[in-house]
Amino acid sequence: MSLEISQAIVDAILEQSRAEYPDECCGVVLGPVGSDKALRLKPMVNSAHSPTFYEFDPKDLLALYREVDDNDEEIVVIYHSHTETEAYPSRTDIAYAGEPGAHYVLVSTRKEIAPATEFRSYRIIDGVVTEEPVVITA
Amino acid sequence: MTIEVRIPTILRPYTKDQKAVSAEGATLSAVITNLDSNYAGLGERLLENGALRRFINVYINDEDVRFLGGLEAPIKDGDSITILPAVAGG
Repeated sequence: MSLEISQAIVDAILEQSRAEYPDECCGVVLGPVGSDKALRLKPMVNSAHSPTFYEFDPKDLLALYREVDDNDEEIVVIYHSHTETEAYPSRTDIAYAGEPGAHYVLVSTRKEIAPATEFRSYRIIDGVVTEEPVVITA
Repeated sequence: MTIEVRIPTILRPYTKDQKAVSAEGATLSAVITNLDSNYAGLGERLLENGALRRFINVYINDEDVRFLGGLEAPIKDGDSITILPAVAGG
């Protein structure tokens, strides 16, 4: 199991994480149903506007699921940034992970590693976190 | 009255993998009670101490039930309920 994703989408997510710092940023990458292909980036608003929490606005969330259904797409990646900690799922990330089919991507903007960044992917199923390789394509 | 309830992936183990199920009730609370009687355990995933769970979103048609009276929100014939887990974390 791994996540295959383009360099352009990775760069855009990292750019968003820097632009929205010190708040956490969040969003999804969509792909055709059943494809597991992360093709269409859709940044979302962090309605918590917080350095330690993120949440999709409930109205945006419904609109997202409607759009995904209408387009015969699925949510392939759910991503968010950690601003001061490692790109590893926090306890709340694990507790609220509600999409067993999604790749959960964490990026980190923490100072210790700047200007480098982390981009890591996980499966979170029934409270169990499994990191997976990220294959970046051109 | 019978209405349609759309079930998110994570709760489909309770509905034998059905994406949408039928339920009955004049209020959201009654619908959840009805759902739980047909799909045992589903109620527990939606409610905590008698209130809607904070990180479960329930919509009647296009509106978040938090703006419609929560569990007391009235349900009309032809309404559609959508349940979505919040996308959230720390």
